[in-house]
Amino acid sequence: MRGPMEDLLKEFLSETNESLDVVDNELVRFEQEPNNAEILGRIFRLVHTIKGTCGFIGLPRLEALAHAAETVMGKFRDGAPVTADAVSLVLVTIDRLKSILAELEATSAEPTGSDGDLIVQLEQMALDDGAPQPAKDQITIGTLSPQVLERPLRPGEVSLDDLERAFRETPGPQDRKSQKRGDDRRIGERRETNVNNANQTLRVSVDTVERLMTMVSELVLTRNQLLEIVRRHSESEFKVPLQRLSNVTAELQEGVMKTRMQPIGNAWAKLPRIVRDLAQELGKDIELEMHGAETELDRQVLDIIRDPLTHMVRNSADHGLETAEERRKAGKPAKGTIRLSAYQESGQIVIEIADDGRGLNLAKIRRRAIDIGLIGEDDHPADTQLYKLIFAPGFSTAEKITSVSGRGVGMDVVKSNIDQIGGTIDLKSVQGRGSTFSIRIPLTLAIVPALIVDSAGERFAVPQVAVIELVHRGSHANLVEEINGALVLRLRDKLLPLLSLSQLLKLPKQPDSGGDSFVVVMQVGQSLFGIVVDDVLHTEEIVVKPVSSSLRGIKILGGNTILGDGSVIMILDPNGIAQSIGAAREEGTLESFVEKEAAPAEDALKTMSLLVFRSGSDSCKAVPLSLVTRLEEIDVKQVEYSSGRPMVQYRGGLMPLIPADENAALAAQGKQPLLVFTEGSRSVGLIVDQIVDIVEDRLEIKVGSDRPGIIGSAVIRGQTAEIIDVAHFLPLGFADWFQGKPAQGAEKPKLLLVDDSAFFRDMLAPVLQAAGYDVTALASARDALLRVERGAQFDFVVTDIEMPELDGFAFAEALRARSAQVPVIGLSSVINSASVSKSRQAGMRGYVAKFDRRGLLHALKDAASELSEAA
Amino acid sequence: MSLHPVGEIEYVTAWIAGQLFGIPIKRVHDVFEVERITRVPLAPVEISGVLNLRGRVVTALDMRTRLGLPPRESEKKRMAIGIDQDGEAYGLLVDSMGEVLKLSASAIDGVPINMQREWAAISSGIYRLEERLMIVLDVDQILNFGKDTLAA
Repeated sequence: MRGPMEDLLKEFLSETNESLDVVDNELVRFEQEPNNAEILGRIFRLVHTIKGTCGFIGLPRLEALAHAAETVMGKFRDGAPVTADAVSLVLVTIDRLKSILAELEATSAEPTGSDGDLIVQLEQMALDDGAPQPAKDQITIGTLSPQVLERPLRPGEVSLDDLERAFRETPGPQDRKSQKRGDDRRIGERRETNVNNANQTLRVSVDTVERLMTMVSELVLTRNQLLEIVRRHSESEFKVPLQRLSNVTAELQEGVMKTRMQPIGNAWAKLPRIVRDLAQELGKDIELEMHGAETELDRQVLDIIRDPLTHMVRNSADHGLETAEERRKAGKPAKGTIRLSAYQESGQIVIEIADDGRGLNLAKIRRRAIDIGLIGEDDHPADTQLYKLIFAPGFSTAEKITSVSGRGVGMDVVKSNIDQIGGTIDLKSVQGRGSTFSIRIPLTLAIVPALIVDSAGERFAVPQVAVIELVHRGSHANLVEEINGALVLRLRDKLLPLLSLSQLLKLPKQPDSGGDSFVVVMQVGQSLFGIVVDDVLHTEEIVVKPVSSSLRGIKILGGNTILGDGSVIMILDPNGIAQSIGAAREEGTLESFVEKEAAPAEDALKTMSLLVFRSGSDSCKAVPLSLVTRLEEIDVKQVEYSSGRPMVQYRGGLMPLIPADENAALAAQGKQPLLVFTEGSRSVGLIVDQIVDIVEDRLEIKVGSDRPGIIGSAVIRGQTAEIIDVAHFLPLGFADWFQGKPAQGAEKPKLLLVDDSAFFRDMLAPVLQAAGYDVTALASARDALLRVERGAQFDFVVTDIEMPELDGFAFAEALRARSAQVPVIGLSSVINSASVSKSRQAGMRGYVAKFDRRGLLHALKDAASELSEAA
Repeated sequence: MSLHPVGEIEYVTAWIAGQLFGIPIKRVHDVFEVERITRVPLAPVEISGVLNLRGRVVTALDMRTRLGLPPRESEKKRMAIGIDQDGEAYGLLVDSMGEVLKLSASAIDGVPINMQREWAAISSGIYRLEERLMIVLDVDQILNFGKDTLAA
């Protein structure tokens, strides 16, 4: 049996714990902004409420402590200087309050003991106008009565009545003490507001919500089953009511999910205090910025990421940020910043932890990786691969074990926690500028959209968050090839490692389906791979059910679920698959994988993939495939007109449609093929009559054309095709395409583009011009150097790497030797670790794959912002 | 809890490869006919797969494999004894069900020392019935397999 007193105590505990967390944070803020009366008022009110409630329900120890803390706060309010010591003392008091509360919660009785030590210090501090005072010699434990209320007021101390008045002037719904005092009318008013608040929120135990969630999950399953049954009977009177049931179920599901949602700020609540204490301990000056604290996610997810987040923030404070002195020497502001941000993006929550500290030390990571045998002496993995190694078990490069982060739990634990909930973690780091960790986690774990695939006659569910795209393997454009038994797919200009799902799961061999299979392209963290399946059946919202413990050792399977037709199928775990690729990879060297992952076909300089299509006439047109975001086919009926221009609903927005030729028009009826080009959030659909082919070949491209929108021509399989200029068409869709991108100021930044291939020069120059650069395009590095020597000034240099005579690396070095401080960005068709490190040696600012127009613009923007920061 | 006189235990019995086995009824959640089993790739050999029992996912354990016997050849529908172990649902696949027997707790014999190791490990005793012997199965031991094999 639970009496009313116990209910009261329970409520008091949860309320007071929350209040104390708020006080913690507000105090840290207050220390930074000692003149902010508003914060002080809030702290005051909270501490006062705690004190009042403790008195009300008879907890003398808590009451005495709270009172002493309140007295110090009163001094602050009267204008006493806010010192770090005073704040520390109050924080220690808060900690003591918390520990007493914890015991109270465990035993339902206030623990015996004395807080004389703290109370003496607090009183001393209040007496000394808040000036710090070592109170050691004044401690005489056990002689002081905790009944602070009964002693006479000391000189300069705030009287209880004053406090009450201050308190009453700031209305607060949680106030209980004031109900005991004050006049009747006021009590009436307050009661009313209390009632209103009670109507708006109520506390429900987590168990209740969990049970609801389980039942809703079952309901979703049953609904799916019913839908499946009705699907088999074309005429059924159940159809309409079932549709309604289905809608209501969906709404119910959403509603219950919402009750499980909590703002991520709850997981951050303790961080300001932690960072403050760390900063003091480490002698650093640290500011913690928090953005998007209101972003909501499932409480189950929240619980799992709480510790990893805390650990990472500690890491940033400890290892990431330098001391004030080091920062000053490096020309940075003495105060280091840790920025936490959270936002929702396509069904996932993205959490970033960024610091502006020293960045990861690549050399040290490399050394450590060699020491613990992750890589060999001769391995030179790319930087991104090296960064990844810090997530390996047993990896910690801290020179000295500090009390802060050197506790044996490393990033590997963080990563496994995040893996556990189907999340991914990535990291970027710039030497001397700081590091950014980005964590992507699913909104909820209970119900996820999944792709149902077939392999060797068995069905499996693939969570959609990990799926990037589906590729039909049958068409010749998507050629699956074998390198000594390893399957790879040429996907646009990348080589994608492939795994056969049936081999991965050791399923019995089926008779070959005649090459008619699918590749599910998945991304886990930074690794991109494809799994080959026999068929893709449909998508379904599945309720993830954990597998029994006897099956838990199978890393590739992440759970099971019951489909609409009642059968149980296994859910694939993308992380597990990625790991199993990793395991296969370890047999070779890391280096070979790095090369394999990134190396395009040899001779890529001269071969390229072109998408060939017809538009407006019988002659063929072509566009580099890598510039095309997607091929789509829409029903002409879907086309809408806005001020006379054709548009179509596309991925939640309106996409303008542009004819690829002045003679081209929309099809009269039926299907209309489109080439979709996307930049940021905007897409444009290019209307074509027919997509003819994708060719990958060495192509002779003749440049030069009088017609707008045409760059030049190439002979493809004996026929001449016109190469279209994408940069011409895109702005037709959005008048402001590319605008807003140019650097600030009226003066366009001057950009030197060096490439021996006329095709690339003519391809890139318009793109760069449209992006707001004043472009000078030259065919050779010698010419370019000559110009620079003659005094030509450029803000940016973009250069091809593979050039005759003077290649891009030598060119960049020569520029540097002439002490030109201009940022150089290299363009290459071959990106591997060796070339990237070579580009860095040559002093290049960035290194971007040819055709990666977006990457290039990005690199330029980065370089520009670095320049303006440095200025 | 039990209405029966102290000293009597009820057993759910089942036939596996011509041998009668019994499981104390308080360990049995339900008995059901197996309709469709989904094979679980990479699973320990003892696990035949998973199945849907009234919206619950049940892990099916093949008792023949567990006892080191060859798989059954006939295509007849199989029966399963549903077990709840730490909140997880397991189904023990047997050839057919027997009747429920009420037996005296004191009449149980120990496992003969010459019984095969695989059998002895999952048996907790033997009853001498009139026409035949009934082996009492130890449910905890039956389910105690995957952990070893997977951990290895």
